[in-house]
Amino acid sequence: MLTIKDYCLAESIQQAYELNRKKQNKILGGGIWLKCCHFPIQTAIDLSGLGLEGITETEEGFEIGAMTSLRQLETHEGLNACTCGAVKEALRHIVGTQFRNCATVGGSLFGRFGFSDVLTLFLGLEAFVELYPTGIIPIGEFAKMQPDDSILTKIFVKKDQGKTAYLSARNTSTDFPLAACCVSWKEGTLTASMGARPAKAAAFSRENVCLEDLEKEEFLEEFARDAAASVNFGSNRRASAEYRNYVTKVLIKRCLGSIKEGDR
Amino acid sequence: MRLHIWINGKEYTDEVDAGMPLLEYLRSKGCYSVKRGCETSNCGLCTVWMNETPVLSCSVLALRAMDKRITTLEGLQPQAEEFGAFMAKEGADQCGFCNPGFIMNVLAMEKELQDPSEDEIKEYLAGNLCRCTGYAGHLRAVRAYLGRNKN
Repeated sequence: MLTIKDYCLAESIQQAYELNRKKQNKILGGGIWLKCCHFPIQTAIDLSGLGLEGITETEEGFEIGAMTSLRQLETHEGLNACTCGAVKEALRHIVGTQFRNCATVGGSLFGRFGFSDVLTLFLGLEAFVELYPTGIIPIGEFAKMQPDDSILTKIFVKKDQGKTAYLSARNTSTDFPLAACCVSWKEGTLTASMGARPAKAAAFSRENVCLEDLEKEEFLEEFARDAAASVNFGSNRRASAEYRNYVTKVLIKRCLGSIKEGDR
Repeated sequence: MRLHIWINGKEYTDEVDAGMPLLEYLRSKGCYSVKRGCETSNCGLCTVWMNETPVLSCSVLALRAMDKRITTLEGLQPQAEEFGAFMAKEGADQCGFCNPGFIMNVLAMEKELQDPSEDEIKEYLAGNLCRCTGYAGHLRAVRAYLGRNKN
C-alpha cells in the first residue's frame, strides 16, 4: 500500500527538481500506477501548479504539457486529425474514461513501462520530450534511458505526420495490451514502433518506401517480418513470446493496410 | 495538511494526511455512495466528479482536490433517481454495489456526448465493472434514459 509522509505542490520546476533528487521523494503524475507501488514516499511532488496541463497547437506542431490527461489527448481534434486518429485509437482502450481523466501523459511516459500504449504511440509519432534540466531530446533516446532525477515537462509532436496507424491486441477489453504497434509512413520512411512485448517500445525503420510498395503483399510480409525480428519478445501470463511475435506481425500488416487505404 | 474543498456545494476546510485518498476523505464526510472496490483503478466504483469531470476517487489524493468542487451521488439525487427508475425497469441491477459509480459516469456521459452511438456508450462506460448482470440490462437502461425526451 502506498504511504506518503509529506506533500508539496511545487511552485517552480527548479523546486520540484531539487526535491526529486532525494531518493525517497517522488513526482506525482496521475498517481494511478504509483498507488499500486509498495514503497514509502517521503514527499510526493505535485506538478499540477506549474501550468503543465494542456495542449498548445503551433504552426509546426503540438506542445503537450506533461500533466495533460490521456483523455485530453484522446479527445483533441487537431492532434487526431494530424495522426489519422492514431492518438484516439491508442488511448481509448486504456481502462475507462475516469481512469484516462486521471492518468497523465507525463506519468505514462516517464515510467517507460513495458505495457505502455502511450510510449508505443509517441515513439511511432517520432515525438520529442523536454526534460528538466537536460533539454529537448528525441523520444527514441529517452526510451533507452534509465529513469533518473530529471523531470519530464513537455512532449512535442510535429504536424507533418504523413500517414499513421495504431493497433493493439488485448486478451480482454480494458486489460493491458499483449501487443501494440504504431506504424507511420512519412517522406518515404516507414517506421513501426512495437510495444507491450512486454518491454518498452522500440522502433524499426525502412527508408525509400513508396506507396506502391504497400500494394505488394510480399513487401508487407517482409517489412512485418523484419520489424518483428529487430526486437525481442518475452512471455508473461498474458501471452508467450512466440504468440506476441506472431500478433505483432499481423498488427503491423493491418496498420500498413490502413495506411494504404488512408482510412485511419 | 490543510485541505479546502467543496463537496456537493458545501464548503469544508480540514486537516488531512498527505497520503489520504479522496475516497477516504469523502466517506469521512458521510458520502457513503463512494465505495472502495478493486484498489487497482479498474472498477469505477469510486467515481466522483472533480470540477464536473469524472475521476476515480481511490486514485486521487485528497490534497489534489484543493479548492476544487467535488460531486458525489449524494449531490445528484434527482438525476440519480430518474436514471435509477430506468435501471429498475430494465432489471439492470442485481446486488447494486456498482450502481453509484455507474450512475455518476452515465450522468457525466450525458453531459459530455451528444446523442452517443451504442459503441460510444460502451466505450465511455468501459471503466465501470459489474459482476452480476452482463451489462445488457445496463445498456437498455442507458439507451432508454438518453432517449427519454426524444418522443
